[in-house]
Amino acid sequence: MAEYPIFEHDVLVIGAGGAGLRAAIEASAAGVSVGLVCKSLLGKAHTVMAEGGMAAAIGNVDDRDNWKVHFTDTMRGGQYVNNWRMAELHAKEAPDRVRELEAWGAVFDRTKDGKILQRNFGGHKYPRLAHVGDRTGLEMIRTLQDHGIHQGIEVYMEVTVVSLLKDGDRVVGAFAYEREHGRFRIFRAKAVILATGGIGRAYKITSNSWEGTGDGHSLAYDSGAELIDMEFIQFHPTGMVYPPSVRGILVTEGVRGEGGILKNSEGKRFMFDDIPDLYKDQTADNPEEGWKYTQGDKNARRPPELLTRDHVARCIVREVKAGRGSPNGGVYLDIAWIKEKLSNAEEHIKKKLPSMYHQFKQLADLDITKEPMEVGPTTHYIMGGIRVDADTQASTVPGLFAAGECAAGINGANRLGGNSLSDLLVFGKRAGEFAAKFAKENDHGTIDDSQVSEKVKWSLQPFNNPGGENPFKIQEDLQEMMQDLVGIVRTEREMKQALEGLTKLRTRLANVSATGNIDFNPSWHTALDLHNLLNVSEAVTLAAIERKESRGGQFRDDFPLKVEEFGKVNFSVKKGDKGEMEIKSIPIPEMPAELKQIIEELG
Amino acid sequence: MRKATFKIWRGNSEGGEFKSYDADIQPGMVVLDAVLQIQGEQAGDLACRWNCRAGKCGSCSAEINGKPKLMCMTRMNTLPENEPITVEPMKAFPLKKDLVTDVSWNYEVKKKIKKFKPRAPDAEDGTWRMSQGDVDRVQEFRKCIECFLCQDVCHVLRDHHKHEEFIGPRFLVYAAALEMHPLDTENRLGDLKDESNIGYCNITKCCTKVCPESITITDNAIIPLKERVVDEFYDPLTKLVKILRRK
Ligand SMILES: Cc1cc2nc3c(=O)[nH]c(=O)nc-3n(C[C@H](O)[C@H](O)[C@H](O)COP(=O)(O)OP(=O)(O)OC[C@H]3O[C@@H](n4cnc5c(N)ncnc54)[C@H](O)[C@@H]3O)c2cc1C
Ligand code: SF4
Ligand code: SF4
Ligand code: FES
Repeated sequence: MAEYPIFEHDVLVIGAGGAGLRAAIEASAAGVSVGLVCKSLLGKAHTVMAEGGMAAAIGNVDDRDNWKVHFTDTMRGGQYVNNWRMAELHAKEAPDRVRELEAWGAVFDRTKDGKILQRNFGGHKYPRLAHVGDRTGLEMIRTLQDHGIHQGIEVYMEVTVVSLLKDGDRVVGAFAYEREHGRFRIFRAKAVILATGGIGRAYKITSNSWEGTGDGHSLAYDSGAELIDMEFIQFHPTGMVYPPSVRGILVTEGVRGEGGILKNSEGKRFMFDDIPDLYKDQTADNPEEGWKYTQGDKNARRPPELLTRDHVARCIVREVKAGRGSPNGGVYLDIAWIKEKLSNAEEHIKKKLPSMYHQFKQLADLDITKEPMEVGPTTHYIMGGIRVDADTQASTVPGLFAAGECAAGINGANRLGGNSLSDLLVFGKRAGEFAAKFAKENDHGTIDDSQVSEKVKWSLQPFNNPGGENPFKIQEDLQEMMQDLVGIVRTEREMKQALEGLTKLRTRLANVSATGNIDFNPSWHTALDLHNLLNVSEAVTLAAIERKESRGGQFRDDFPLKVEEFGKVNFSVKKGDKGEMEIKSIPIPEMPAELKQIIEELG
Repeated sequence: MRKATFKIWRGNSEGGEFKSYDADIQPGMVVLDAVLQIQGEQAGDLACRWNCRAGKCGSCSAEINGKPKLMCMTRMNTLPENEPITVEPMKAFPLKKDLVTDVSWNYEVKKKIKKFKPRAPDAEDGTWRMSQGDVDRVQEFRKCIECFLCQDVCHVLRDHHKHEEFIGPRFLVYAAALEMHPLDTENRLGDLKDESNIGYCNITKCCTKVCPESITITDNAIIPLKERVVDEFYDPLTKLVKILRRK
């Protein structure tokens, strides 16, 4: 171990998206020393790509909004398998977390009376998303970053954690390499927070960047922590479909929030055809009412385009399958039509959706103020992740905490748009607070040399398999397989096939080969990430097989209905004694009477 | 399928050369797609940065046919068809490897700029009131994705290597966003004059031309800042008032 530099902190935060940054700021404010590592440069994490906004019941636009309504919306959106305590904390604390961002310099769009403006989004009863045009994630990450750099946090950019290090049962550090020269690093910490984001790179069509390889999920799993809800993946209904090279890039739900409508090749607004019972009385039954809603009419109900993402995505798949899709296998999303309603429509669209305008103009030669876009579902977000305690964000392994997309619970079977950014703030803060507390109460622990030498050997293996498999090719084959067999519409038969496919991919991975030397070498980095992608893919598939029903992000063609019994459990995945993946169902604890009552009254 | 030839810089701080690769061109493809295709099939150790593929993160900056650009926003059909396309790293920063440069200097510069210091809240609940009109300008500056392309083209940095003395257009924009923030109470004008050497900028506007976020860096950020500095330090009347006040 002496051969490798050792960095010591009280709290180590892995990941510098919204969750990691917020956690680091909080831990540092609690007076402990904090290290923050990330795979890319600071400010480039996924969070920067978030567009539409962050959900918080501030009630600036509609004063009927409050935490109880937000809580109810989140639970309904998650089809009641959420961790209700997390949903409660989130709804209660999000407003303060958003205002805090303003105190740190964020500049949100404003209401007429000078307050933070809020917009409509799918599944939210009232306009609730604080936003900055369609670049809210940029505003958020930059604000946290610019605040954080003055807090004495030690930042390690372009450093990738390969494994967590343990002292007995407890996590006490991390083993990592820096990308530039592939040098190994050892981090010792009294508490470790995972904030590594999502797993989108397990799929072919995704809005996620190369970073979304499920590292945190897999690091936690390998160190003995439980993952829950892994079957629930959010396929965002509107990704770009054309040209081919941009397939999957996100088109914000904000387009629909501003009045955009979905049409099939026959020009029909197909979303009116299938409105789920759970949402019937909240949904407009004619286009005019839907339009009024998007324009802030408090008596109008929302248009069906703003139903939850899981539902909208499935309706699009249905239209395409029935032969009513657009030429490139999507449907049409039309915002240009609002010129029938607004005289300054073109200006309005450019002002409200500047980066969408830009994105289509530059990448697809298409002017969204004049023509409809072609869109289709894209793998976007994972509701599942590390099982945590709602209040402290502690995982099931001592010393290990998790926050943000890699943690699970708040979203249940389906996440509402905008609930992620506020989740990052609320639970990032909590993770930072409680990890700092844990660090104050515990020592550094010891890391034995054999753990480290084993990781070194494992990490270097791709250089010892000359002429072996190309890691990029393995990744591509995995992505195709997951897309085809464990995608939006699932069956047991196909998923069993996927499990066999995963076993084969593991065999191929053992013979993976990195080209060139160890300096900034993407083939080596990809080879190591593959282990994580295979772990999460297996967890997703196992859990999806086990949940023999359709709910939220999970749609089973062989079990198309919701089953009451499955509404009472979450599925948890954990590494067994012999290294095999074990799955079990855990009952959802009874909801306290006062929360039940809120749902009964408002739901 | 159409093929295109790419000449990509391969090397590190000790030296390197352009190497040629052929890539298959699909409709709508951007330079980043080609670079990743080459990485995936022919040169697994080709180093480059990217994240969002949609001009939102500012990771994929490079010089394409000699012009500083985002690789993910440069479509193949905007480049000449029958000539090889050159892709090389930014020049104003030390090279790490291939297309990856050491941009850490930028992060150090930012740390030295005095942070946001808001006035006391306007309302009892701890919130502020600002009108949209008052924040439009600052929002323009806050669109910056920190791609550092403006730093790359600024001659003060690129040709004269004044990294120790001059903070560059990106951080003039950053300072402007703070100075023009309706809530901010800090004064950074002294630092802008003495530490950041805003005076080194001779308004060539090269930075504005390359900004992928179309921020009007020179006209909206730098010139107004220069004016404020002048008002604060050189305007005879202000000077007189200051001298009188000091007594
Ligand atoms: C295009 C797009 C638009 C979106 N729009 C919205 C929206 O409008 N509203 C909303 O609420 N949500 C939105 N989301 C979802 C939301 O942006 C993400 O869920 C959220 O940003 C995740 O934040 P995070 O902090 O958990 O992780 P991320 O921001 O993904 O950051 C992960 C961090 O972990 C680091 N990391 C990962 N693995 C390792 C490792 N092995 N070693 C070291 N570091 C590591 C990464 O480098 C990175 O710094 C959007 C997502 C996308 C892709
Ligand atoms: S205008 Fe000023 S900052 Fe911009 S490139 Fe020219 S000299 Fe540099
Ligand atoms: S100001 Fe423009 S060019 Fe400069 S770093 Fe920001 S986005 Fe890039
Ligand atoms: S990859 Fe994000 S700007 Fe190009």
